[in-house]
Amino acid sequence: MAITLKRKNPVDLVFSFITALASVTVIIFIIGIIYVLISESSLAIEKFGIVKFLSSTEWNPVKEDFGALTNIYGTVLTTFLSLLFAIPVAIGIAIFVTEIAPNFLKGPIGVAIELLAAIPSIIYGMWGLFTLSPIMSSYVEPFLKKITSGIPLVNILFQGMPMGIDILTASVILSIMIIPFTASIARDSFNLTPDVVKESAYSVGATQWEVVKNVILPYSKLGVFGGVVLSLGRALGETMAVAFVLGNNHRITMSLLDAAATITVTLANEFAEADNDVYLSSLFYLALVLFVMSFITLAIAKFFLLKAERKYSR
Amino acid sequence: MTAVQKRKIEGTIALTFSTLAAFMGLFWLVFILGDVIVHGIKALNLSLFIHDPAPPGVEGGGLRNAFVGQLLITICATLIGVPIGVLGGTFLAEYARGKKIARIISILADIMVSVPSIVIGTFIYAVLVLPLGHFNGWAGSVALSIIMIPVVLRTTEDMLSLVPWTLREAAFALGAPYYKVITQVVYRGAATGILTGILLSIARVAGETAPLLFTSFNNSFFSLNMNQPISSLTVTIFQYAMGPYDSWHEQAWAAAFVITIFILIITILGRLIIRWRYR
Repeated sequence: MAITLKRKNPVDLVFSFITALASVTVIIFIIGIIYVLISESSLAIEKFGIVKFLSSTEWNPVKEDFGALTNIYGTVLTTFLSLLFAIPVAIGIAIFVTEIAPNFLKGPIGVAIELLAAIPSIIYGMWGLFTLSPIMSSYVEPFLKKITSGIPLVNILFQGMPMGIDILTASVILSIMIIPFTASIARDSFNLTPDVVKESAYSVGATQWEVVKNVILPYSKLGVFGGVVLSLGRALGETMAVAFVLGNNHRITMSLLDAAATITVTLANEFAEADNDVYLSSLFYLALVLFVMSFITLAIAKFFLLKAERKYSR
Repeated sequence: MTAVQKRKIEGTIALTFSTLAAFMGLFWLVFILGDVIVHGIKALNLSLFIHDPAPPGVEGGGLRNAFVGQLLITICATLIGVPIGVLGGTFLAEYARGKKIARIISILADIMVSVPSIVIGTFIYAVLVLPLGHFNGWAGSVALSIIMIPVVLRTTEDMLSLVPWTLREAAFALGAPYYKVITQVVYRGAATGILTGILLSIARVAGETAPLLFTSFNNSFFSLNMNQPISSLTVTIFQYAMGPYDSWHEQAWAAAFVITIFILIITILGRLIIRWRYR
């Protein structure tokens, strides 16, 4: 499609050069971020190495001994739990919006879900601290403790005082935050299922649920999966929604009622007050770990979404 | 029970659950928005906008510095981010259309949209705060513009691609060079779409907190100096909400109310424009 003119206009050359430069900034930023984070964390990389840093649970600013494991553990656990809560709800929403809802409801609910996605994360965090956390600590968590108290292994998950500032509350807020992302991508994927395919299923007597389960879900699984991985990438890097209610506790705990730390929460709380070089360098190292984790996740998500797009456009 | 009945019951149960899921989504929206509105309106008053913060623990005072600072940071970020984003999108959709480099940059931009914003904050801290030796407003604006650029770039690319190719051919046929075709024909055709993208990207960065925490930092005094730490609404909300005073909490709710309403209005406006233009 691109055109090649024999005699290039000089202004045109300049303009094309400027636009090219502007678009290359994206690549420059990515390379710049990787380069800067590596060079700033070189002190910590030298001191702790890669394997030792990733596997050490130590986080001691006084002794200048740092390891990332507690942060990675918190990040992975909150992300996993939030996806666990969010995925079924998000897919339910997508099914409702595409298949069940009467036409006059489809638009408004779709808009409402997207508004939920537009609310900034700090609002979620603050709402979590002032509204959700008291509800969790006085109703939900004691209830969970009570019903699990007799069951071995499960009761380990709910040990300790229900304070509301803990992994469970943070995961719930995170899941409320990512539901809209997952739901809108799932909805878009569902909508790509051709009507003819659905109608042929109905014509052989399938119920509405059977059409969803056996036609729409298999047809759109690539897109839905891509959307889930994308939400995973978002949840990994979310800061403000969890910063309020996670505490900042560098310990690996089995109980979901304990405070913990994620990479993002540690950065948000400690970055501005890191008072020595090793400390600051370790924080940059953490940021690098987070960047690599989320970049890989997002790249995988993009891969699946592109694959889905190619499949549907055929 | 016959097989048909069983299938029907299974279907009803499953569909009931997805209906419940949808209403749960709505429930959270109403719960969060309602909470922000109820608490926010209660704490909203005129002195919030015309006074600077009182000393910690003292009642009264306002957040004038934070409102002005937020505005300043966001405007500067828009001035940096929008031209780069629009021009970059132009390259992808026009000069590099169909080329491999356009595809790669477009995919990387999509990934950049979701990269953790706090990592961008640490990057800018190393590049613009450490060398200068102190937090400054420009660093905050640049951090926000880095978040903005990929968003604007991708929407611009998409919107320009929607302009029919024949329109360009018509202009070429009149002997217009490509840059004139782009600026006078293609941009006009895609103007509403690009504007919407810009609006949505402003809504996106206006609520960002993490990249400002250690770039523009905070300032409890009124300041217009972008070379010094400058206050922003979002960082103020974080500080006040985590603080020990009830008066701080109230002001945090008020600030949260203002910023949420601002962002929702922009988002709804953007959607209305899309609906009105691309129907």
